[in-house]
Amino acid sequence: MTVSVSATVNGSPFAGEVPAEELLLDFLRDRLGLTGVRQSCEVEVCGVCTVLVDGQPVSSCCYLAADVDGRSVETIEGLAGSEFHQRAVDSFLRHAAVQCGFCTPGMVLTAKALRQRGITSRDAIAVAMNGNLCRCTGYGSILDSLCELLAAPASAGEAGAS
Amino acid sequence: MTDRPDFVTPVGQSVERADGRLKLSGQAEFTGDLRIPAMLYAAVLHSPYARALIRSIDTAAAAKLDGVVAILTGADLHDTDPYYGHALRDRPIVAIDQVRFAGEPVAVVAAESQAAAERAVYHIDVDYEPLPPAVTVDAALRPAAPLVHDEAARPGSAHGLGKLPERDGNICYSYALRRGPVDDLFADAAVVVEGEYEFPAVYQYAMETHTTIASWHGGELTLWSSCQHPFLVRQEIASLFALPVDQVQIIVPFLGGGFGSKSYTKMEPLTAAIARKAGRPVRILNAVHESMITTRRHNMVCRMRTAAAADGTLLARDCEAWLDTGAYADNGPRVTATAGDAAPGPYRWQAIQVAAHCVYTNTSPAGSYRAFGATHLQWVGESQVDEVARRLSMDRLEIRRKNLLRPGEEVRPGGKPLDADLIGDVEKAASGIGWGTASPADPAREAAATKRRGRGVSVGLLAAGAHPVSMATVRMGPDGAVTVLVGTTELGQGARTVMAQIAAAALLMRPDRVLVRGTDTRYTPYDRSTGASRSTTVAGLAVQRAAEQVLDSLLETASVRLEAPRDLLTASDGAVRDPGGRSMTYAELVRARFGFDGGELIGHGRVQPEGGTGSYAEGPVFWEVCVGAAEVEVDTESGVVTVLRTSTVADVGKAINPQLVARQDEGATLQGIGNALFEEMHFADDGGLQNDTLLGYRVPAFADVPASMVCAIVENGDGPGPFGAKGCGEGALAAIPAAIVNALADAGVPMNKLPLTPERVWRRIQELKSVEVEQ
Repeated sequence: MTVSVSATVNGSPFAGEVPAEELLLDFLRDRLGLTGVRQSCEVEVCGVCTVLVDGQPVSSCCYLAADVDGRSVETIEGLAGSEFHQRAVDSFLRHAAVQCGFCTPGMVLTAKALRQRGITSRDAIAVAMNGNLCRCTGYGSILDSLCELLAAPASAGEAGAS
Repeated sequence: MTDRPDFVTPVGQSVERADGRLKLSGQAEFTGDLRIPAMLYAAVLHSPYARALIRSIDTAAAAKLDGVVAILTGADLHDTDPYYGHALRDRPIVAIDQVRFAGEPVAVVAAESQAAAERAVYHIDVDYEPLPPAVTVDAALRPAAPLVHDEAARPGSAHGLGKLPERDGNICYSYALRRGPVDDLFADAAVVVEGEYEFPAVYQYAMETHTTIASWHGGELTLWSSCQHPFLVRQEIASLFALPVDQVQIIVPFLGGGFGSKSYTKMEPLTAAIARKAGRPVRILNAVHESMITTRRHNMVCRMRTAAAADGTLLARDCEAWLDTGAYADNGPRVTATAGDAAPGPYRWQAIQVAAHCVYTNTSPAGSYRAFGATHLQWVGESQVDEVARRLSMDRLEIRRKNLLRPGEEVRPGGKPLDADLIGDVEKAASGIGWGTASPADPAREAAATKRRGRGVSVGLLAAGAHPVSMATVRMGPDGAVTVLVGTTELGQGARTVMAQIAAAALLMRPDRVLVRGTDTRYTPYDRSTGASRSTTVAGLAVQRAAEQVLDSLLETASVRLEAPRDLLTASDGAVRDPGGRSMTYAELVRARFGFDGGELIGHGRVQPEGGTGSYAEGPVFWEVCVGAAEVEVDTESGVVTVLRTSTVADVGKAINPQLVARQDEGATLQGIGNALFEEMHFADDGGLQNDTLLGYRVPAFADVPASMVCAIVENGDGPGPFGAKGCGEGALAAIPAAIVNALADAGVPMNKLPLTPERVWRRIQELKSVEVEQ
């Protein structure tokens, strides 16, 4: 069985039939070629498949493509080039908070949602990020970089883009 | 030659990661991101039994399903020698007539879609005759234990362990160290500490699961694979399919972490075999539960005793350990040997006796995981050193100062002497958690009478470097930009960045003009492996030598063009100058040499054993220091242990990129916390893995980060690598669990079994209470 889905993905319209059981993860990776969305645990724990649906972070491994009908989806490919992304890149690189990079897109997208919620304290960031796992860095450098990124006042460009 | 004052050598600088921007924008390609034309997708049928005979396999129903192209079973492997394995050639590509662990691949389906392949697997009918398995080391060592393997043992290639012994029951390899009158010293010692210990099976959990694509064309094979050791995989695959080595091409994209889980050969044989049968490219992309039964860390049981004199002199150590390698040996014998080397700890013993055994069981195969061997035994040995100190009312740093080996002293009979300052390192680690000062007060915690704090240090050594064979090629084009061809796998550690820094430093140019790509065994020169903390030291030295050859060519050309003697020329910041101030850029020199805007300068670098054979016995390339400290708090009502502060020492000779060094120690620290506190694979009595997802198997998250985590970098220039460097990245994983165990004992709860789960710690606290009452 297929269902019709009409959604906005990274600012572009998508309209078409997708299998009812198709996961958002597979839809984005296999149908749209957005391979910045990664697969790991498949049980909504590790956060590497995080994308934003109407601005909220979701685990695309446990989210049906059919459920994005009428919604807006943002992946790392869509975020790339935005002012927030540019600042995230600078901050992550300054703190060497990227190693294998497999988890990194999910981290940046979750951070974008925290930005929208105005979460800025180190403790609150650590709690909010607990659903994004990284096996390489030991997290300290990611926390350092997120604290810097999320504490900075919003610029005019960033406010407009959100 | 002197540098221009405004040019700073890139070695020692935390230059930006070369792959950082690509990874932050989601553009870095991992194996699972690739799409090969006409590629099929595979699903694997796993055995539900830990030990069984396969009476028959019926694939007819599955083969008729839509989209199914090919199904591989053991019956398809009649035209090859289908067994592989790094240490022992004991593992079939797919089960042949029997299964030896729950989850062993029994059949593989290749189909037009992943969904079609997965559907078809359910329609394969296998008739098993279940047999009683040996699931634990205890069960496997019983006199009448079922034999996991009853065929003759065959050694694998390039394992570096010399002649492997005949199998003894389920023991497939044993390692022994013996020196001095052990029994006499124990008989007369003032203090003897002894105990039995257990270390759990744990999973490396690289975020990217094992992924391989195989494509055959004209009898040649191309594999894209998430593998750490492409050249060793190439050798095994060539041997399996009876191909010349150069007809097997292995291409390695970015890896989403490795930590040993992608070392040696994993899913490549199965993928190559199903692609051969399908006649089309096939991808196998493991789910997490599949990767968890592909490899893991060895669980271990051991007995250890330590003898000391009344003045705190350590006299003798005796240890026997059994490491559970699961149903196939993989790298188990080397893990076992390394554990044996770690058992004594880096102390000046008058006598040692170590026996370490690698044991087959009917569980999923165990192989390499970061700091193997040392992680298994450092916590055991170091807890005994602390216990000796406690019984003698001796300071725990003092007992280490008194007994630790000094640089130049023998670590292992016949091996390389100690090349590090361990006393300086352990003092640094201790000061990193405020050793000797009061713990910072936390009013909320101090108020609770049920909380107790403790501190611990630990020190150990890990034989690092593996077999020292690496080659590299450095190419400089007519624009003066450089490409480095080196077989090191970028798995997150920053190898491409560090190799670029080394080449740039040797060439006296900026690292942003140096490119390092992934390995393609068809074009990239040989490198033995990416593991054992060897890349910067061994492959890095090959890169440095290759770059120096290119610099040599540049100076030779400059001497002719500038009409100046070579020894008066100065190279710096991508240009060569003569004493008169005339200069030519590298780009101008390359073009001048070839007379037009083309050509390239090529340098080759090679590292090979200098004297001897470079074997394991003569090694290691260097001793990696495993030094750390921790402060913990235990809640005596709940048994919950919280790690408050950690400190590690990266004794790296020279930090090529200090930030990347620190990340290695921090990542290893968090893995050490996971290994010590909660990571554990649970095998049921029937051999099935019970917690095979992240719902049941927890890895450290943001909430587990200690309030203070410091890494001290020690640079004594005493490494054998480029610029005096030696490797890092593993030591902290051995050091931290040991420091945590010692800190918990300091808080009054000595433990002899990991992980330190709340229930286990709570039960121990109750035991200790009842002992107090009885007394």
